[in-house]
Amino acid sequence: MPRIAITVDGIHYEEDVEPRLLLVHLLRERLGRTGTPVGCDTSNCGACTVMLDGKSVKSCSVLAVQADGCDVVTIQGLGANGAMHPMQRAFHEEHALQCGFCTPGMVMAAIDLLRDDPDPSEETIRQGLEGNLCRCTGYCNIVRAVRRGAQEMGQAVRTP
Amino acid sequence: MTELDPGLLGEQIAESGQLSEPDGGHEIGRARRRKEDQRLLTGHTRWTDNLQQPGMLYVMFMRSPMAHARITRVDVSGARDLPGVVAAFSGRDFAEEQGSLPCAWPVSEDIVIPDHPPMAVSEVRYVGEAVACVIATDRYRAADALEAIEVDYEPLPAVMDMREALTPGSPKVHEAGNKAFSVKITSGDVEAALRDAPVLIDRTYVQQRLIPSAMEPRAVLASTDGDTFTLWSSTQIPHVLRVMLAVTTGIPEHRLRVIAPDVGGGFGSKLQVTAEEVLCLLLTRRLGVPVKWTESRSEGNLTVHHGRDQIQHLTLAAEADGRIRGLRVELLADMGAYLMLVTPGVPMLGASMFNGIYKMEAYEFGCTGVFTTKMPTDAYRGAGRPEATFAIERIIDELAAELGMDPIEVRRRNWIRHDEFPYTTVSGLTYDSGDYEAATERALALFGYDKLRAEQADRRDRGDPVQLGIGVSTYTEMCGLAPSRMLGMANYGAGGWEHGSVRMLPTGKVEVITGTSPHGQGHVTAWSQIVADSLGVPFDDVTVLHGDTAIAHKGMDTYGSRSLVVGGMAVLQACEKVKVKARKLAAHLLECSPDDLEFDGGAFKVRGTGAAKTIQELAFAAFTAHDLPEGVEARLDSDATYDPDNYSFPHGTHLCAMEVDTETGQVRIRSYVAVDDVGKVINPLIVRGQVHGGIAQGIAQALFEEAVHDADGNLLTTTMADYLLPSAADLPDFTTDRTETPSTGNPLGVKGVGEAGTIASTPAVVNAVVDALRPYGIHDVRMPCTPERIWRALEGARS
Repeated sequence: MPRIAITVDGIHYEEDVEPRLLLVHLLRERLGRTGTPVGCDTSNCGACTVMLDGKSVKSCSVLAVQADGCDVVTIQGLGANGAMHPMQRAFHEEHALQCGFCTPGMVMAAIDLLRDDPDPSEETIRQGLEGNLCRCTGYCNIVRAVRRGAQEMGQAVRTP
Repeated sequence: MTELDPGLLGEQIAESGQLSEPDGGHEIGRARRRKEDQRLLTGHTRWTDNLQQPGMLYVMFMRSPMAHARITRVDVSGARDLPGVVAAFSGRDFAEEQGSLPCAWPVSEDIVIPDHPPMAVSEVRYVGEAVACVIATDRYRAADALEAIEVDYEPLPAVMDMREALTPGSPKVHEAGNKAFSVKITSGDVEAALRDAPVLIDRTYVQQRLIPSAMEPRAVLASTDGDTFTLWSSTQIPHVLRVMLAVTTGIPEHRLRVIAPDVGGGFGSKLQVTAEEVLCLLLTRRLGVPVKWTESRSEGNLTVHHGRDQIQHLTLAAEADGRIRGLRVELLADMGAYLMLVTPGVPMLGASMFNGIYKMEAYEFGCTGVFTTKMPTDAYRGAGRPEATFAIERIIDELAAELGMDPIEVRRRNWIRHDEFPYTTVSGLTYDSGDYEAATERALALFGYDKLRAEQADRRDRGDPVQLGIGVSTYTEMCGLAPSRMLGMANYGAGGWEHGSVRMLPTGKVEVITGTSPHGQGHVTAWSQIVADSLGVPFDDVTVLHGDTAIAHKGMDTYGSRSLVVGGMAVLQACEKVKVKARKLAAHLLECSPDDLEFDGGAFKVRGTGAAKTIQELAFAAFTAHDLPEGVEARLDSDATYDPDNYSFPHGTHLCAMEVDTETGQVRIRSYVAVDDVGKVINPLIVRGQVHGGIAQGIAQALFEEAVHDADGNLLTTTMADYLLPSAADLPDFTTDRTETPSTGNPLGVKGVGEAGTIASTPAVVNAVVDALRPYGIHDVRMPCTPERIWRALEGARS
């Protein structure tokens, strides 16, 4: 079995993995990072989205061996010093979650789309989240949250 | 009365949410941010699939690839020999103990309820039915082992079409035939109403089959210590499930605990007693180790009960001035292959709602439930009421078109006026309260109705390839399920009450227990607001426990927009009982008569003096029990069950402006306005969220979603790539507002909001599509109104 080295939410692991093991199953079932859920089996829903070396990926469509040597951030590693990330706070403030199952992936995808456009329009946000499905919210409040999160992240950069 | 929803402006909502301390009796109505969010946002979740037990094994099911076949052989021995495989079983291995999955709603005397084994033994009747299972040390090995199971089938004819199924020569799904039941309800003389009616509209609408698609796939974990059993399940109904599992498996109820941990959406699909829940329980009993099963999405699309699937034939009779004389409804409802928990009850929930908000003298409803070789249908968001509302709101628009009248005007001439409530409708329900005029007026103003009509006329005149359609939906729904007495009259197998308890802890904090089982609705937050107002305690001092039959020991769970109307009321009544106890104790400690005390701001105060005891001081005094009066026990804790006298009837007006490209069939929602009246609002933020999500789900039926089978009964939409849930890019922003007409049926004045958006939006959207196409002589497009269907309708009209 191949051995991989992987950092997840700041913790370094070395794991022997079957070549077919999906990254999301490594996270959930071996490393106990159950904050990242699985919502489908065709990479359509986006619930399992995590950051892999700073870019969002659907962890159900990445093999654990492909993440060898990589740095993974899940929803559980997003906050710092016990405080939520501004995007998490924005989701809370705008009531952008109901059942919360899509939320980890939605937050990750939202942060990722700001890399390309730190001040996205509603249209850009809607297009940017196309790969993440939510069944509860109708997306209105998610769009508002992403805009709010973007503003707060922008301010966080500008404030010394 | 009209109240502007601050939610129209995100900023205003944000401001109101910053208030953190209640200022005495004003938690209700405040846009509190949810207590539930922190955990969900940081990944500290308790989805059933997250849970692990020592020695836990993984279950996977072999599923039938045939819609209808006799099972001639099942050989699981190849699977048993593989590494990591602990056991493998066929249906025959559990034939003696698995029982039959229950149907709790026999809607007629002569209903046919076929035996429904959790794992098929001799015959399969839909693609996806379980025929065997493997139990292995991990899910990958379990998947490998499924490949080694051999099953031989002798094909039988699939029965896919309801009308064909009812013809005498049709192959049979069950030995008893393809008709499950027939029901007829009449009120007034429909024949007379239809005879010589100046206007007679006859239409057939198809409610396509839908897949509920909660984001969390189902999962079940079962364990036993040899004496007691615990079942964790992604369910909406832990309490109902416990009773039904006890009855089905023979495990005594008092030795069975059911837990619904975090549940990722339900929409009715988790209001069920499933084969997998029964079998996981039986497997843990047989193997003595914990077992877990988690469905894949493809497996879920096949085997989570489906929704809708009705053919609706309506005949509406009206006077020349648009006043409705009467309505006849003939319904075919596809049951699928078996009757599950409330399968036959779903069309019956719509039976009294086809008349909508309108007055008429005569009404007839007939329904036949039909067996086909498909996954059973059952409750899906709205359950019976979206179907009824769609049909009446579509045909009212047809009436308007026939008369050349504005669809709003036709509705005005027929709806129940605000001064006519309470109003007993032709179908026999008594609507508690409402103000259709106010909601409609507000919606028209927000929508800019007249201006859009002018634009529509202009585009029609110009022959613009992009036409504008305006869709109207003035809905009501029957919520707050339900008065137990009425459920008994409808032959439903249980009551509709709800339970709530309040525990006053020694430090003055409050633990609330509710029999409702939330899965995204925000009960923890809303119930905290109710309790904070009633007991005068800080919002943050209240916690709410739910979803575990060992903690929330009584309940009827969450569905049918019932939780607040029935469960919130039970919690409020438990608070009132706490105060009755606290008053006696306060009078004793303050050395006065209970009548001299007034409860204000969380304290009992002696009128005219400064003497007072707070509810927290009284909780501590009850805990220490050093000085209790005669007849007062050492706790203020109280509980209550609440059973409503009547349903509640939220209503509202939804308006949709739709651009339709007549060259490509492409549609675009230009604007969508919803003005809902859900009675008194506990938390406007949560209400707005429920409305948004509901609208999206109704639009999904109108434009995107359909479970499609081929002629052999194979489901073609097994993945989210084939079954099109709308994404953020497919939907517009919605404009929402409210009017507030309190329910007269309960002291909170609440009506329920979980299903409103879904019920209202489907007809609004389809009415808009059809409205755009009327100049082409088109008066219907079958759902989902895809670009292809619209284009074909236009091609047909042109040729």
